[in-house]
Amino acid sequence: MNSNAFTGGFAAPPQDGAFAFRAIMNAIAKPGLIFEIDGAQPPKELSCAAGCVILTLCDPDTPIALMSSCDTDDVRNWITFHTGAPIVSPAKAHFAAGTWDEMHPLVQFRQGVPQYPDRSATLIIECDDLQNVGATLRGPGIQDTRSLSLPETGAFQQNAAQFPLGVDFLFCAGTRIAGLPRTTQVSEG
Amino acid sequence: MNICLVVYGFGDMEIERKDWMSILAKSTAAEVDALWSVLANRPEYTFLRSPEIGGVMVRGRMGATGDAFNLGEMTVTRCSVQLVTDEVGHGYVQGRDRNHAERAAVVDALLQGPRQQEILDQIVTPLVQSQAQRKSEKLRKAAATKVDFFTLVRGED
Repeated sequence: MNSNAFTGGFAAPPQDGAFAFRAIMNAIAKPGLIFEIDGAQPPKELSCAAGCVILTLCDPDTPIALMSSCDTDDVRNWITFHTGAPIVSPAKAHFAAGTWDEMHPLVQFRQGVPQYPDRSATLIIECDDLQNVGATLRGPGIQDTRSLSLPETGAFQQNAAQFPLGVDFLFCAGTRIAGLPRTTQVSEG
Repeated sequence: MNICLVVYGFGDMEIERKDWMSILAKSTAAEVDALWSVLANRPEYTFLRSPEIGGVMVRGRMGATGDAFNLGEMTVTRCSVQLVTDEVGHGYVQGRDRNHAERAAVVDALLQGPRQQEILDQIVTPLVQSQAQRKSEKLRKAAATKVDFFTLVRGED
Protein backbone atom coordinates (compact mmCIF):
# COMPACT_ATOMS: atom_id res chain seq x y z
CA MET A 1 0.00 0.00 0.00
CA ASN A 2 1.60 3.28 -0.99
CA SER A 3 1.48 6.25 1.30
CA ASN A 4 -0.90 8.17 -1.01
CA ALA A 5 -3.66 6.18 0.60
CA PHE A 6 -2.81 7.78 3.94
CA THR A 7 -2.60 11.41 2.90
CA GLY A 8 -5.29 13.77 1.71
CA GLY A 9 -7.67 13.50 4.63
CA PHE A 10 -9.18 16.52 6.38
CA ALA A 11 -6.48 18.56 8.11
CA ALA A 12 -8.83 19.38 10.99
CA PRO A 13 -11.49 16.64 10.85
CA PRO A 14 -14.06 18.17 13.25
CA GLN A 15 -14.11 21.61 11.58
CA ASP A 16 -13.63 20.49 7.97
CA GLY A 17 -16.23 17.77 8.45
CA ALA A 18 -18.73 20.26 9.88
CA PHE A 19 -18.23 22.71 6.98
CA ALA A 20 -18.52 19.93 4.43
CA PHE A 21 -21.62 18.51 6.13
CA ARG A 22 -23.31 21.89 6.04
CA ALA A 23 -22.50 22.33 2.34
CA ILE A 24 -23.85 18.86 1.51
CA MET A 25 -26.98 19.42 3.60
CA ASN A 26 -27.61 22.77 1.87
CA ALA A 27 -26.98 21.22 -1.53
CA ILE A 28 -29.70 18.63 -0.89
CA ALA A 29 -32.07 21.15 0.77
CA LYS A 30 -31.71 23.66 -2.06
CA PRO A 31 -31.52 21.55 -5.21
CA GLY A 32 -29.60 23.10 -8.07
CA LEU A 33 -27.65 25.64 -6.00
CA ILE A 34 -23.91 25.14 -6.35
CA PHE A 35 -21.78 25.12 -3.19
CA GLU A 36 -18.05 25.18 -2.66
CA ILE A 37 -16.59 22.37 -0.58
CA ASP A 38 -12.92 21.88 0.17
CA GLY A 39 -10.35 20.18 2.38
CA ALA A 40 -9.91 16.69 0.95
CA GLN A 41 -7.21 15.60 -1.49
CA PRO A 42 -8.36 12.19 -2.69
CA PRO A 43 -6.53 10.13 -5.34
CA LYS A 44 -6.76 11.67 -8.83
CA GLU A 45 -9.72 9.49 -9.87
CA LEU A 46 -11.99 11.38 -7.45
CA SER A 47 -12.73 15.10 -7.37
CA CYS A 48 -12.08 17.13 -4.25
CA ALA A 49 -15.83 17.53 -3.68
CA ALA A 50 -16.49 13.79 -4.00
CA GLY A 51 -13.62 13.13 -1.60
CA CYS A 52 -15.14 15.56 0.93
CA VAL A 53 -18.53 13.85 0.65
CA ILE A 54 -16.98 10.43 1.26
CA LEU A 55 -14.90 11.66 4.22
CA THR A 56 -17.94 13.37 5.73
CA LEU A 57 -20.74 10.86 5.18
CA CYS A 58 -19.10 7.44 4.93
CA ASP A 59 -18.06 5.16 7.77
CA PRO A 60 -17.94 1.40 8.44
CA ASP A 61 -21.78 1.28 8.41
CA THR A 62 -22.20 2.80 4.93
CA PRO A 63 -21.02 0.47 2.16
CA ILE A 64 -19.89 2.28 -0.97
CA ALA A 65 -19.84 1.14 -4.60
CA LEU A 66 -17.04 2.34 -6.85
CA MET A 67 -17.93 2.41 -10.53
CA SER A 68 -15.17 1.49 -12.98
CA SER A 69 -13.72 5.00 -13.51
CA CYS A 70 -12.79 5.31 -9.83
CA ASP A 71 -12.41 1.65 -8.86
CA THR A 72 -8.63 1.64 -8.40
CA ASP A 73 -6.43 0.38 -5.60
CA ASP A 74 -5.52 3.96 -4.71
CA VAL A 75 -9.16 4.94 -4.22
CA ARG A 76 -10.03 1.74 -2.38
CA ASN A 77 -7.09 2.12 0.00
CA TRP A 78 -7.79 5.81 0.54
CA ILE A 79 -11.45 5.16 1.43
CA THR A 80 -10.52 2.25 3.65
CA PHE A 81 -7.91 4.17 5.62
CA HIS A 82 -9.88 7.38 6.05
CA THR A 83 -13.43 6.09 6.52
CA GLY A 84 -13.40 2.30 6.97
CA ALA A 85 -16.37 2.05 4.59
CA PRO A 86 -16.65 -1.36 2.92
CA ILE A 87 -16.47 -1.45 -0.89
CA VAL A 88 -19.45 -3.42 -2.25
CA SER A 89 -21.50 -4.06 -5.39
CA PRO A 90 -24.06 -1.41 -6.48
CA ALA A 91 -27.02 -3.49 -5.25
CA LYS A 92 -25.78 -3.32 -1.65
CA ALA A 93 -24.32 0.18 -1.61
CA HIS A 94 -25.53 3.13 0.44
CA PHE A 95 -23.29 5.40 -1.63
CA ALA A 96 -21.90 5.08 -5.13
CA ALA A 97 -19.23 7.13 -6.86
CA GLY A 98 -18.55 7.38 -10.58
CA THR A 99 -19.45 9.20 -13.78
CA TRP A 100 -23.05 9.53 -15.00
CA ASP A 101 -22.57 7.05 -17.87
CA GLU A 102 -21.52 4.34 -15.43
CA MET A 103 -24.60 4.73 -13.22
CA HIS A 104 -27.03 3.25 -15.77
CA PRO A 105 -29.41 1.64 -15.09
CA LEU A 106 -30.36 3.51 -11.91
CA VAL A 107 -32.46 0.56 -10.76
CA GLN A 108 -29.26 -1.36 -10.03
CA PHE A 109 -29.03 0.74 -6.83
CA ARG A 110 -31.10 0.46 -3.68
CA GLN A 111 -34.37 2.37 -4.19
CA GLY A 112 -35.72 2.00 -0.66
CA VAL A 113 -38.85 0.07 0.26
CA PRO A 114 -42.32 1.58 0.94
CA GLN A 115 -41.94 1.16 4.72
CA TYR A 116 -38.38 2.51 4.68
CA PRO A 117 -37.81 4.83 1.69
CA ASP A 118 -34.59 6.02 3.33
CA ARG A 119 -32.97 2.67 2.63
CA SER A 120 -31.85 3.95 -0.74
CA ALA A 121 -28.56 4.90 -2.34
CA THR A 122 -27.01 8.33 -2.74
CA LEU A 123 -25.08 8.63 -5.99
CA ILE A 124 -21.96 10.81 -6.08
CA ILE A 125 -21.57 11.77 -9.72
CA GLU A 126 -18.35 13.17 -11.13
CA CYS A 127 -18.94 15.90 -13.72
CA ASP A 128 -16.47 17.80 -15.88
CA ASP A 129 -18.31 21.02 -15.18
CA LEU A 130 -21.23 22.26 -13.13
CA GLN A 131 -23.17 25.35 -14.18
CA ASN A 132 -26.58 26.92 -13.52
CA VAL A 133 -27.70 26.42 -17.12
CA GLY A 134 -29.65 23.68 -18.84
CA ALA A 135 -32.40 21.54 -17.31
CA THR A 136 -35.11 23.29 -15.29
CA LEU A 137 -35.70 22.16 -11.70
CA ARG A 138 -38.91 22.62 -9.69
CA GLY A 139 -39.99 21.32 -6.33
CA PRO A 140 -39.29 21.56 -2.57
CA GLY A 141 -36.40 23.92 -1.77
CA ILE A 142 -36.81 25.88 -5.01
CA GLN A 143 -38.85 29.11 -4.98
CA ASP A 144 -39.72 29.21 -8.69
CA THR A 145 -37.33 27.39 -10.92
CA ARG A 146 -33.61 26.80 -11.02
CA SER A 147 -31.32 25.58 -13.79
CA LEU A 148 -28.54 23.02 -13.53
CA SER A 149 -26.27 21.46 -16.15
CA LEU A 150 -27.62 17.91 -15.84
CA PRO A 151 -26.34 15.20 -18.21
CA GLU A 152 -29.93 14.30 -19.24
CA THR A 153 -33.51 14.64 -17.98
CA GLY A 154 -35.35 11.37 -18.67
CA ALA A 155 -33.65 9.29 -15.97
CA PHE A 156 -34.27 11.99 -13.36
CA GLN A 157 -37.96 12.20 -14.32
CA GLN A 158 -38.34 8.43 -13.96
CA ASN A 159 -36.54 8.57 -10.61
CA ALA A 160 -38.78 11.38 -9.32
CA ALA A 161 -41.90 9.52 -10.51
CA GLN A 162 -41.11 6.70 -8.09
CA PHE A 163 -41.37 9.02 -5.08
CA PRO A 164 -41.16 8.23 -2.15
CA LEU A 165 -38.76 5.60 -3.49
CA GLY A 166 -35.75 6.41 -5.63
CA VAL A 167 -32.17 7.54 -5.31
CA ASP A 168 -30.63 10.95 -4.57
CA PHE A 169 -27.81 12.62 -6.46
CA LEU A 170 -24.80 14.74 -5.58
CA PHE A 171 -23.01 16.23 -8.58
CA CYS A 172 -19.35 17.03 -8.07
CA ALA A 173 -16.95 19.00 -10.25
CA GLY A 174 -13.64 20.02 -8.69
CA THR A 175 -14.57 21.76 -5.45
CA ARG A 176 -18.17 22.48 -6.55
CA ILE A 177 -21.14 20.43 -5.48
CA ALA A 178 -24.86 20.48 -6.22
CA GLY A 179 -27.63 18.19 -5.04
CA LEU A 180 -30.66 16.69 -6.73
CA PRO A 181 -32.97 14.80 -4.37
CA ARG A 182 -35.74 12.54 -5.67
CA THR A 183 -38.34 15.24 -4.82
CA THR A 184 -37.15 17.57 -7.57
CA GLN A 185 -39.09 17.68 -10.85
CA VAL A 186 -36.77 17.96 -13.83
CA SER A 187 -37.77 19.23 -17.27
CA GLU A 188 -35.91 20.20 -20.41
CA GLY A 189 -34.29 23.63 -20.18
CA MET B 1 0.82 -13.93 20.00
CA ASN B 2 2.69 -16.53 21.94
CA ILE B 3 4.31 -14.55 24.72
CA CYS B 4 6.90 -17.30 25.42
CA LEU B 5 8.48 -16.52 22.09
CA VAL B 6 9.55 -13.14 23.24
CA VAL B 7 9.98 -13.52 26.98
CA TYR B 8 13.40 -15.07 26.52
CA GLY B 9 14.59 -12.44 24.08
CA PHE B 10 14.31 -12.59 20.34
CA GLY B 11 17.47 -14.60 19.71
CA ASP B 12 17.31 -15.84 16.17
CA MET B 13 13.54 -15.53 16.07
CA GLU B 14 12.14 -13.18 13.46
CA ILE B 15 10.01 -10.58 15.15
CA GLU B 16 7.20 -9.59 12.86
CA ARG B 17 5.24 -6.39 12.66
CA LYS B 18 2.19 -7.95 14.32
CA ASP B 19 4.38 -8.91 17.29
CA TRP B 20 5.60 -5.40 17.97
CA MET B 21 2.17 -3.93 17.28
CA SER B 22 0.79 -6.26 19.92
CA ILE B 23 3.52 -5.35 22.38
CA LEU B 24 2.98 -1.62 21.83
CA ALA B 25 -0.79 -1.98 22.10
CA LYS B 26 -0.49 -3.67 25.48
CA SER B 27 2.19 -1.37 26.85
CA THR B 28 1.41 1.29 29.41
CA ALA B 29 1.68 4.97 28.55
CA ALA B 30 4.21 5.61 31.32
CA GLU B 31 6.55 2.85 30.13
CA VAL B 32 6.56 4.00 26.52
CA ASP B 33 7.03 7.58 27.64
CA ALA B 34 10.02 6.71 29.82
CA LEU B 35 11.71 4.71 27.06
CA TRP B 36 10.94 7.35 24.46
CA SER B 37 12.33 10.20 26.52
CA VAL B 38 15.80 8.62 26.63
CA LEU B 39 15.86 7.66 22.94
CA ALA B 40 18.57 9.43 20.96
CA ASN B 41 17.89 11.03 17.55
CA ARG B 42 14.15 11.25 17.77
CA PRO B 43 12.80 11.51 14.24
CA GLU B 44 10.66 14.21 12.68
CA TYR B 45 7.26 13.20 11.39
CA THR B 46 3.91 14.46 10.20
CA PHE B 47 0.47 13.25 11.18
CA LEU B 48 -1.56 11.26 8.68
CA ARG B 49 -4.23 10.84 11.32
CA SER B 50 -4.01 12.87 14.49
CA PRO B 51 -4.46 10.89 17.69
CA GLU B 52 -8.14 10.12 18.16
CA ILE B 53 -10.01 8.28 20.88
CA GLY B 54 -12.66 5.70 20.12
CA GLY B 55 -14.10 2.41 21.21
CA VAL B 56 -13.77 -1.09 19.86
CA MET B 57 -15.98 -4.07 20.60
CA VAL B 58 -13.98 -6.93 22.02
CA ARG B 59 -15.40 -10.26 20.91
CA GLY B 60 -14.75 -13.65 22.38
CA ARG B 61 -15.57 -17.30 21.88
CA MET B 62 -16.52 -19.60 24.71
CA GLY B 63 -13.91 -22.32 24.88
CA ALA B 64 -12.44 -20.90 21.65
CA THR B 65 -14.95 -22.97 19.65
CA GLY B 66 -18.43 -21.48 20.16
CA ASP B 67 -20.06 -18.61 18.33
CA ALA B 68 -18.46 -15.20 18.72
CA PHE B 69 -20.15 -13.00 21.29
CA ASN B 70 -19.57 -9.39 22.33
CA LEU B 71 -17.49 -9.39 25.46
CA GLY B 72 -17.57 -5.63 25.96
CA GLU B 73 -16.27 -2.36 24.65
CA MET B 74 -12.85 -0.99 25.37
CA THR B 75 -11.40 2.43 24.82
CA VAL B 76 -8.71 2.62 22.18
CA THR B 77 -6.66 5.55 20.91
CA ARG B 78 -5.19 5.44 17.43
CA CYS B 79 -2.78 7.55 15.46
CA SER B 80 -0.92 7.37 12.12
CA VAL B 81 2.28 9.19 11.28
CA GLN B 82 4.73 9.45 8.43
CA LEU B 83 8.43 10.00 9.10
CA VAL B 84 10.45 12.43 7.01
CA THR B 85 12.10 9.28 5.59
CA ASP B 86 8.64 8.15 4.32
CA GLU B 87 7.95 5.19 6.60
CA VAL B 88 4.30 5.09 7.69
CA GLY B 89 3.50 3.93 11.21
CA HIS B 90 0.22 3.16 12.93
CA GLY B 91 -0.39 3.13 16.65
CA TYR B 92 -3.39 1.52 18.37
CA VAL B 93 -3.15 1.53 22.15
CA GLN B 94 -5.54 0.81 24.99
CA GLY B 95 -6.78 3.76 26.99
CA ARG B 96 -7.22 7.40 26.08
CA ASP B 97 -3.68 8.75 26.16
CA ARG B 98 -3.02 10.61 22.90
CA ASN B 99 0.75 10.82 23.45
CA HIS B 100 0.85 7.08 23.96
CA ALA B 101 -0.76 6.40 20.59
CA GLU B 102 1.51 8.94 18.91
CA ARG B 103 4.66 7.35 20.34
CA ALA B 104 3.44 3.87 19.39
CA ALA B 105 2.88 5.03 15.81
CA VAL B 106 6.35 6.59 15.58
CA VAL B 107 7.96 3.49 17.06
CA ASP B 108 6.11 1.34 14.51
CA ALA B 109 7.40 3.57 11.70
CA LEU B 110 10.98 3.46 13.04
CA LEU B 111 10.84 -0.33 13.28
CA GLN B 112 10.21 -0.53 9.54
CA GLY B 113 13.31 1.50 8.73
CA PRO B 114 17.07 1.17 9.12
CA ARG B 115 16.94 1.74 12.88
CA GLN B 116 14.99 -1.45 13.54
CA GLN B 117 17.63 -3.19 15.69
CA GLU B 118 18.27 -0.10 17.79
CA ILE B 119 14.56 0.40 18.47
CA LEU B 120 14.04 -3.29 19.22
CA ASP B 121 16.81 -3.16 21.80
CA GLN B 122 15.90 0.15 23.38
CA ILE B 123 12.11 0.11 23.35
CA VAL B 124 10.53 -3.21 22.40
CA THR B 125 12.69 -5.51 24.53
CA PRO B 126 12.19 -3.52 27.75
CA LEU B 127 8.44 -3.48 27.06
CA VAL B 128 8.42 -7.24 26.55
CA GLN B 129 10.30 -7.75 29.79
CA SER B 130 8.01 -5.56 31.84
CA GLN B 131 4.94 -7.20 30.30
CA ALA B 132 6.32 -10.64 31.14
CA GLN B 133 6.96 -9.43 34.65
CA ARG B 134 3.42 -8.12 35.00
CA LYS B 135 2.06 -11.37 33.68
CA SER B 136 4.06 -13.57 36.04
CA GLU B 137 3.11 -11.35 38.96
CA LYS B 138 -0.54 -11.76 38.06
CA LEU B 139 -0.15 -15.51 37.70
CA ARG B 140 1.62 -15.70 41.05
CA LYS B 141 -1.17 -13.80 42.80
CA ALA B 142 -3.81 -15.91 41.11
CA ALA B 143 -1.98 -19.13 41.96
CA ALA B 144 -1.93 -18.18 45.65
CA THR B 145 -5.73 -18.18 45.69
CA LYS B 146 -6.09 -21.53 44.00
CA VAL B 147 -8.47 -23.92 45.76
CA ASP B 148 -8.34 -27.67 45.21
CA PHE B 149 -11.88 -28.99 45.28
CA PHE B 150 -12.49 -32.59 46.23
CA THR B 151 -15.52 -34.45 47.37
CA LEU B 152 -15.60 -35.96 50.82
CA VAL B 153 -17.28 -39.28 51.25
CA ARG B 154 -20.32 -38.23 53.24
CA GLY B 155 -21.38 -41.70 54.20
CA GLU B 156 -25.11 -41.12 53.68
CA ASP B 157 -25.59 -44.28 51.73
